[in-house]
Amino acid sequence: MAPHDLRRPFKRPLISDQEKRRQQSLLRQAQNRRDAQNHARFLASTALSLEQPHELEPEPVSAPELHDELIPDSEAPESPKELDVVEASKLKGAEARKWFAKQLMHPEWMIDIPENLSQDWFVFARPSGKRCFVVSCNGTTISRLRNGSILHRFPSELPNGARRKDSSGPAQSYSILDCIFHEVDQTYYVIDMVCWRGYSLYDCAAEFRFFWLNSKLAETGACEPPSHYHKYRFSLVPVYCCDQSGLCAAYTGSVPYVKDGLLFYNKHAHYQTGITPLALVWKDENCSQYVMDTDSKGQVPNHQQVVLELQEGGKLCTSDDPPVVFGCLDGGFMHESELHSGCLVRFAIGEGGLVLVDGKLEKADLNYLGKANRARASADSFSKVMFQYSVRHSPLRIDDLLGSVNSAADESNKVCDIEMDG
Amino acid sequence: MEAMEVGKMVGELIEDNEVELVKLKNTRADRRVAPLDTARTNKIKILRFWQEYQDPSRRAPSSEFNWFLTPLPSADSISQLAMAMEVTQILLNAQAVDGALRKQAEENLKQFQEQNLPSFLYSLAGELANDEKPAESRKLAGLILKNALDAKEQHRKIELVQRWLSLDPTLKAQIKALLLRTLSSPSVDARSTVSQVIAKVAGIELPHKQWPELIGSLLSNVHQLPAPTRQATLETLGYICEEVSPDVVDQDHVNKILTAVVQGMNSTEENNDVRLAAVRALYNALGFAQANFSNDMERDYIMRIVCETTLSPDVKIRRAAFECLVAISSTYYEKLAPYIQDIFNITAKAVKEDEEQVALQAIEFWSSICDEEIDILEEYGGDFSADSDIPCFYFIKQALSFLVPMLLETLLKQDEDQDQDEGAWNIAMAGGTCLGLVARTVGDDIVPLVMPFIQENISKPDWRQREAATYAFGSILEGPSPEKLEPLVTMALNFMLTALMKDPSNHVKDTTAWTLGRMFEFLHGTALDTPIITPANCQQIVTVLIQSMKDVPNVAEKACGALYFLAQGYEDAGSASSPLTPYFQDIVQALLTVTHREDAVESRLRTAAYEALNEVVRCSNDETAPMVVQLAPLIMLELHNTLENQKVSSDERQNELQGLLCGCLQVIIQKLGSSEPTKYHFMQYADQIMALFLRVFASRSATAHEEAMLAIGALAYATGPDFAKYMTEFYKYLEMGLQNFEDYQVCAITVGVVGDVCRALEEKILPYCDGIMTQLLKDLSSNQLHRSVKPPIFSCFGDIALAIGENFEKYLLYAMPMLQSAAELSAHTSGADDDMTEYTNSLRNGILEAYSGIFQGFKGSPKTQLLMPYAPHVLQFLDSLYMEKDMDDVVTKTAIGVLGDLADTLGSSAGPLIQQSVSSKDFLKECLSSDDHLIKESAEWAKLAISRAISF
Repeated sequence: MAPHDLRRPFKRPLISDQEKRRQQSLLRQAQNRRDAQNHARFLASTALSLEQPHELEPEPVSAPELHDELIPDSEAPESPKELDVVEASKLKGAEARKWFAKQLMHPEWMIDIPENLSQDWFVFARPSGKRCFVVSCNGTTISRLRNGSILHRFPSELPNGARRKDSSGPAQSYSILDCIFHEVDQTYYVIDMVCWRGYSLYDCAAEFRFFWLNSKLAETGACEPPSHYHKYRFSLVPVYCCDQSGLCAAYTGSVPYVKDGLLFYNKHAHYQTGITPLALVWKDENCSQYVMDTDSKGQVPNHQQVVLELQEGGKLCTSDDPPVVFGCLDGGFMHESELHSGCLVRFAIGEGGLVLVDGKLEKADLNYLGKANRARASADSFSKVMFQYSVRHSPLRIDDLLGSVNSAADESNKVCDIEMDG
Repeated sequence: MEAMEVGKMVGELIEDNEVELVKLKNTRADRRVAPLDTARTNKIKILRFWQEYQDPSRRAPSSEFNWFLTPLPSADSISQLAMAMEVTQILLNAQAVDGALRKQAEENLKQFQEQNLPSFLYSLAGELANDEKPAESRKLAGLILKNALDAKEQHRKIELVQRWLSLDPTLKAQIKALLLRTLSSPSVDARSTVSQVIAKVAGIELPHKQWPELIGSLLSNVHQLPAPTRQATLETLGYICEEVSPDVVDQDHVNKILTAVVQGMNSTEENNDVRLAAVRALYNALGFAQANFSNDMERDYIMRIVCETTLSPDVKIRRAAFECLVAISSTYYEKLAPYIQDIFNITAKAVKEDEEQVALQAIEFWSSICDEEIDILEEYGGDFSADSDIPCFYFIKQALSFLVPMLLETLLKQDEDQDQDEGAWNIAMAGGTCLGLVARTVGDDIVPLVMPFIQENISKPDWRQREAATYAFGSILEGPSPEKLEPLVTMALNFMLTALMKDPSNHVKDTTAWTLGRMFEFLHGTALDTPIITPANCQQIVTVLIQSMKDVPNVAEKACGALYFLAQGYEDAGSASSPLTPYFQDIVQALLTVTHREDAVESRLRTAAYEALNEVVRCSNDETAPMVVQLAPLIMLELHNTLENQKVSSDERQNELQGLLCGCLQVIIQKLGSSEPTKYHFMQYADQIMALFLRVFASRSATAHEEAMLAIGALAYATGPDFAKYMTEFYKYLEMGLQNFEDYQVCAITVGVVGDVCRALEEKILPYCDGIMTQLLKDLSSNQLHRSVKPPIFSCFGDIALAIGENFEKYLLYAMPMLQSAAELSAHTSGADDDMTEYTNSLRNGILEAYSGIFQGFKGSPKTQLLMPYAPHVLQFLDSLYMEKDMDDVVTKTAIGVLGDLADTLGSSAGPLIQQSVSSKDFLKECLSSDDHLIKESAEWAKLAISRAISF
């Protein structure tokens, strides 16, 4: 028990510079380890598949950006079968258009009400405008329309969406949003999140994608008003559980955008490219200006019109997979009208209408009108044709939807009662 | 047991005591955690930790890689015939002047110990107890006995403890009886030696509920026997309290010990030796007195006696009594209110009148109160309604108007040569240090109390007054608000600059330069509203500091220190132009000139110059970066020169210089490597610089190795995949570093560099992985390697796995069981103290980082399923960590990340397992709503990965 010394540091710093160096090294190493981990975590583990390029080259909407896009076309690689999003994001010109044209998830039109609507589905009011894919990567943001052509190229507050020094994370990590560009307020309304900071959400349920979208988008500042580094505002769309109050809110609730129908998303469905019955669109006059298709002059034609794809053997098909065959053209007529397989052809539905047996199309009264507009990327889907048909004959009304949501609630009450009696 | 030379043993014993002294010095900072001799208590607790793991019921499934459970040579518990041997002559010979005789005796003792330990110990105890034997042989017998019970090295200590525990109980009883008897020996040496031996035995036995009668028999001594025995007995009690943890002594015994000790301190005890032993015993027993300090009457009694004892006529007793007060101030701060007025009076008197060794303790009391209040107020964090375990009583604030004048008075009592004497510590230094702590405790309130003293003395002819005034000013610069200080500092700046140039006293200049450094440290920086340094006065400041660097070494050292903080103030300025830019070249040149001074090794001058240079480099900006690029070859040349000189003479100073130069190069590499353009310019030197570092490894200095290794880590990070070209040559040093158990800092840093190299080379590290993994696994299994290196080794597994991906397959069989058993042991911390909990958390973090790296490394590989068998255990580990509720934030973040990594890599096949785990539900939910940004981010990622895994 020797006497205790109590010397304190005098006129000297508590930590030597060597200790400081050691600590800084440890900090740097810890930071580097974290970066390496994060990098590994956010490497997309699933490669997205790119099917054989469509035989039909979709014609781009004329846009000024297209020029610089078209130049590297000659150098474009052979269309690879499989690309992940990273590789795809490097595609240029026509290749990029082809690829992105296939990446959006398209809802079927609601021609009948799915079971368990109130439990398994979300509903939200679809903003009116141009549906597009927004990709932010390497300091720039590009929005592409559903045919793959570029709508805007701009700086944004999305991750790596603008050339800024302080961007966090690796610059090449990309984010992809499914949006609708709303002209009136020049805003991108985000309706789904496909990739975020390099991490793919394709395989995540809608429930999770919406959660992620809601928690992540606001963090970036992308929802802020436009600024020098942020040309367009992004905005979230209110998504509801499809119970009675949710459905009413989506249908009647006021939103800052012009509504174009209601979208229904199955909570458990992954993001599936192409047309899916796990996302549905429904419209009536109250919630959309475009319930019935219009012609090029904006007029509703007297007869319903459909666009079908002419396939091998003169078959007229919808864009569904597998396609639904509406009829057949004979070779002479095709030759006469300079039609060949792959063409998109427009028809009017005649007085004979569409005849269904057990939900299957048995007969269609089609009158040839001509080739479809060059800007069309694909034929109509079966559900779209059927929805348009039902709008003209016996539309599915909001009351029907509300009824199905209520009856579901009633049913569950009933079940409950029975159990209690037992 | 390892045989040891007795001569060396005696040397070690002395060294051992010195080490303990150093430890005691170092415990000052830790007092809050464990007031009484933290190092020692921890040692005991660590020991208990180890012993608990020896318990077979807690033992993890046996694994040859289980480094916690390295088997001890099993001691034979069968009773051996213990016969007392005649050892006197050997013990005397072992201390003989004649080398041959000594050597022979040491050899004999070694053999005896190896061949018959029970008889050996028994004979030594007999020798120590026998009053007819010579003092020299008895003393050595006691020391050897003590060393047979305890050792500095952890693994040896455990071995010795196990040996003692496995000895025949009858024999041990005989030895212990001999020891107790020796307390009554007429020989003072025998008594003082045996009290330490008894404490060592108690340190082993009491935690095992053995020797229950010990305390009772010691206490019976205290009351009756002659003074020397009472003294020895009190010392023994003191040593025991130092040795064992409070929870192994029951309250009844504690009460009796305290009663005996406090009675021994009482002025009715006429023998001063007994009183002194009692006061020192109380110092050690304070940690046992929690219950007694909660009882008003008992506490009043103890405090009264301690205060009375500070008035003893014996200076040693007064000093020891103040030491008790200092210990009480930190252990029982919240109980002090009723006594603080009396204590102030006692300490004020001691500071004024008593001998310096007593006055120093009296000042330390107030410094210690400051420490307490600073900690408590920090915990309040400015929010005074917040709950703190201990309320602040604002003792310093209340005593302020008396305390400050008392401390200012001490400042005038400087020693002539204190600035040249590295070991100096006197009342002026202690008083000034305390004044600085008071300023930090009360903030603005101190300023009006100190300013008159400064104004009165700063221009006086007597250097003592000028120095005291300057020191007082420097002391109060940390604590008060910038608003309060800025006008004063702005006013004083010119005066200080002039004094640094013109004052005739080196002493005053030293303190002036230090005070300028404090001004820059606390009142200069981009965060402050009104900068005290402007483009207008910057030139003058730099000119004066550069001039001052030519002054005597101690003044030049402080000038370098001031420059350090001047540069640091611009650290956060970013790429904005710094007022230092125009002088950058001059500053660097001046610092290099200082490093070349003949007398640069005095007063740490050279070190201070390199430290300042490092900071100047760290705080350089885009404008000055080209000059840093030019600095690189200069420093390389310096390093080259030391390596050339080394062939002629190898000495400590060369090695120290090499360390400093490697450190400087490390800072340069890190700075230049952090931006692409400068990195590009720097890379031209990479080959040469690496060659120099490799040559540094030829020296034997651990510091130089460590610095070179750190610098290589920075170089690997800056170089990236190109670092591969250095690997063939570098590898052997990497391996050497990993094998360096002795200088564990070198080993730890090398482990970190393995991580750097993994990230730089990625899969190109593969050819070296067999060697590295083998060595890392050996390191983990070693019980000689300092435990602090083990968590980073686990993290390093993760780095390797992430770099080489599925190629980690062949190491799974070794790494996974090791991780698994470490995980099991680290899952529970119950009953551990703060240090142990902190260590356990760092261990957990290492294990989790390993899992993270392994899972991510295998992601997307066809061999992913190899990890499936380990998934249940990993999830269990996460669950038990969650249940235990004592993870720190870092572990929480890593743990929830591992959950995501597992889900991400194993995908749907682990879905059901994940859904069964608590972690994927409650733990994840908690983390998702965490306030900690990093935890939340990891949790969100984990949620995403899990949602993908289970939605298939």
